[in-house]
Amino acid sequence: MIAAEAGRAESGTVAKTLYDKLVDAHTVRRLDADGRQVLLYIDRTVLNEYTSPQAFTGLREAGRPLWRAKAALGTVDHVNSTASARTARMPDDDAQRQAVYFAENCRDFGIELFDVLHPQQGIEHVVMPEIGLVLPGLVIAAGDSHTTTYGAFGTLGFGIGTSDIEHYLATQTLVYQRLKSLRVTVSGALGPGVRAKDIVMALIRDIGASGATGSAVEFAGEAISALSMEGRMTLCNMAVECGARGALIAPDETVFAYLKDRPRAPKGALWELAVSRWRQLASDADAVFDREVAINAAAIAPMVTWGTSPDQAAPVGGQVPDPACEADPDRRRDMERALAYMGLAPGTRLEEIAIQRAFIGSCTNARIEDLRDAASVVRGRTVAPGVRAMVVPGSSAVKRQAEDEGLDRIFADAGFEWRQSGCSMCLAMNDDVLGAGERCASSTNRNFEGRQGAGGRTHLMSPAMVAAAALAGRICDPRPFLGEK
Amino acid sequence: MQPFTLIEGIAAPLPAANVDTDVIMPKQFLKGVDRSGLKEGAFAALRYGPDGTPRADFVLNRDPWRAASFLVVGENFGCGSSREHAVWGLSQNGIRALIGTSFAGIFFDNCARNGLLAITLPQEDVARLLARVGDPETCRIVIDLPHQTITAAGLSLSFEIEPTRKDALVRGLDAIGTTLQARDDIAAFETAYLKGNPWLA
Ligand code: SF4
Repeated sequence: MIAAEAGRAESGTVAKTLYDKLVDAHTVRRLDADGRQVLLYIDRTVLNEYTSPQAFTGLREAGRPLWRAKAALGTVDHVNSTASARTARMPDDDAQRQAVYFAENCRDFGIELFDVLHPQQGIEHVVMPEIGLVLPGLVIAAGDSHTTTYGAFGTLGFGIGTSDIEHYLATQTLVYQRLKSLRVTVSGALGPGVRAKDIVMALIRDIGASGATGSAVEFAGEAISALSMEGRMTLCNMAVECGARGALIAPDETVFAYLKDRPRAPKGALWELAVSRWRQLASDADAVFDREVAINAAAIAPMVTWGTSPDQAAPVGGQVPDPACEADPDRRRDMERALAYMGLAPGTRLEEIAIQRAFIGSCTNARIEDLRDAASVVRGRTVAPGVRAMVVPGSSAVKRQAEDEGLDRIFADAGFEWRQSGCSMCLAMNDDVLGAGERCASSTNRNFEGRQGAGGRTHLMSPAMVAAAALAGRICDPRPFLGEK
Repeated sequence: MQPFTLIEGIAAPLPAANVDTDVIMPKQFLKGVDRSGLKEGAFAALRYGPDGTPRADFVLNRDPWRAASFLVVGENFGCGSSREHAVWGLSQNGIRALIGTSFAGIFFDNCARNGLLAITLPQEDVARLLARVGDPETCRIVIDLPHQTITAAGLSLSFEIEPTRKDALVRGLDAIGTTLQARDDIAAFETAYLKGNPWLA
C-alpha cells in the first residue's frame, strides 16, 4: 500500500518499473482479478535438442500447428562434440537420436535450424544476441534457465520447461505470474582486473542462491552502465543462480552500438524508429521496487567458489570457511557436505588449491571479450605441468573472430586445447567430462555436485582467473597477470 | 493432466537446501526424446551406489517412505537447470505433491504443468511437518487441495495457492487447450502489436 502511494507520480499515474512496462506491453489478457496472472505474448524463442523433443511430440500427438514458426530458432549446442575435427555425428547414440529428431522437428514445423556443422552454430544464448535477434523491449522465453542473459538488452528473458515450450509453440503465449521487483544498484567503479563475473558472484554470495527467487532483478548504477555488452550478458546470465526469473538493464547507447548492423537487427528507417522507441525503455524515476540491494563496486575483489552452490563463494584472497563457525545448523550441514564433496579442509587458503583442469567456455563467459581477456593473461606463458586446459568458444562465429585476431595461437602456444563451440563441459552432456576427484577452474555458472562430471569438483570464476589458474596450476589472483592500473 | 483433489499418502522428509535439478534428474537421463527411463533416474546419485545397488541411507529406499506420495523438502528446492525431466521423474515415482519453504521459479511452474502440487509454507510449519513425517508411525498425511489444508498426526495446516493455478490442478486442465479458447484475443493482440512495432513484423 505504502509502496504504491509512494510510487504515484505527479500526473496521478503510477510510476512503473521497466519490468512492469514490459509485462504490460505484452499482456494479451488478464487471467485473474488483480492482473497478477496474465496471458503473456512472447516475441521469440530459441530451441535446443535436449529440452524440446517432448514438446514437439506433444504437438504432433495433438495435431497442433505452430502459431508463428519464424519466431523460433533452433541450435544444436548441448550434446554435440567440440573436437576440432567434428562431423554431423553426435558423440553417442542417444545424442545422435536427439539431434536427428531435432532436425526432423525443425524441418517439419518450418523452424530455422543451426545444426552442428552450420557456420552460425553455437550456444543458444551466445547465438541469439550475436545475430541480432535479441532486441530491447522484447519478451523471450526459452527452454533453458540462462535465458535471463537477454536482460542485457533490456529484454525480459526467462527459462521455461518443456510443457511451456509446447504451450509457446502452439499459442505464442504463456500463462505468466507477475514477479516481485528487486533493484541491484552497483555504484562506483570496479577495481583493476575485476570483471562482471565478479559482480554477479559477489551478489549471489551476498543474497544467497535463493535470494532473488520470485523476483525480476533490474541492475542499475555507474558500474553497470560502464560494462560492455559481454559483461552485461555475463551479469544477467548468472542472475538465475540467485533465483532471478528475469534480469534487466535499461538499454542505452552501448546496446544500440552493439546491435547496429547485426544480421537480424532492423535496418534503415525501421532501425531509426526502433531506436527512438528503445530510448524510452527505462524504469520511471520514482518507480518503487519491492526490494533494493546496494553494492559498492570498488569493494569487489575477484571471486571464486569453494563449495557446491554458487553462493558458496569468497574473494580469491580468502580461505575455505569453517562450518563449525556457522550458527545455523542446516547451513552448517550443507557446508560440511559441500566441503566433503570438494575435498577441502576449513581454513585452506583458496590460492593454495591445486587444479588439474581449466575450462574456458559456456554461455556465461565464452564470448569474444572473454576470450580476449583470458588471452591477455595467457600470452607468452605456458600452462602448468599436469593441467589440462581447454577453450571452447561460445559460438562458431566467436571462434572465427578469435582466430582472425590470433587468439587461438596464443592459447595453443601456451598449451590450451582450442576447440569447437558448444556447451561442452559446462554441463558435460557430451564427451567433455571431468573425472571423479578432478578439480577444475571453470568460467561456467554452476558448481553443483557432478555438474561437470560425476565426482568432479568445480570452482567458478572469471575467464581471466581460469587462465591464471591454468598457468599457476592452482587457484590464483588474475590481477598481477592482467597488469591493469 | 491427472486432477488433484484430496490425496492421502506417505510423506518423506528430504530437508537439504538447494537440491538442484541436476540432483533430482542427473544428466545421463536427459538423453531421451520421450519421457521413458526417468523413473529410475530420479535422485539416481542419492538412491544408488556406484555399483547400482540401492543406498540404505536414502529415505526413498526405506520403508515406509519408499511408497511416498509426497516429499517435504528444504529451501530453494528445484534450483538450477530448467529440465522438466526432474518433474516427470518425480511424477513417475508416484510423487503427487511437494511441501517446502521455497521452490525455484521454473521448477515451480513445471510442477504445475504436470499436476504436481508444490506447496509453500512458513519455516515453522515445514519444521513441524518434518518432525512428523520423519517418524514411520506418523508419516501419513492428507492434502486437501480444494480446501487448501494439510493434515498430519495432531496437526492441521492451511496453505496459500494462486486461484488460477489451483483451479487448473483441481480440474486437471489442459493448459494449451484452455489458452487456445482465447485464440481470437491472441490474434488481435498480435496484429496490433506488430503494427505498433513494425521492425518485428
Ligand atoms: S553453456 Fe551451460 S548454462 Fe549455458 S546453455 Fe549450455 S549448458 Fe546451459
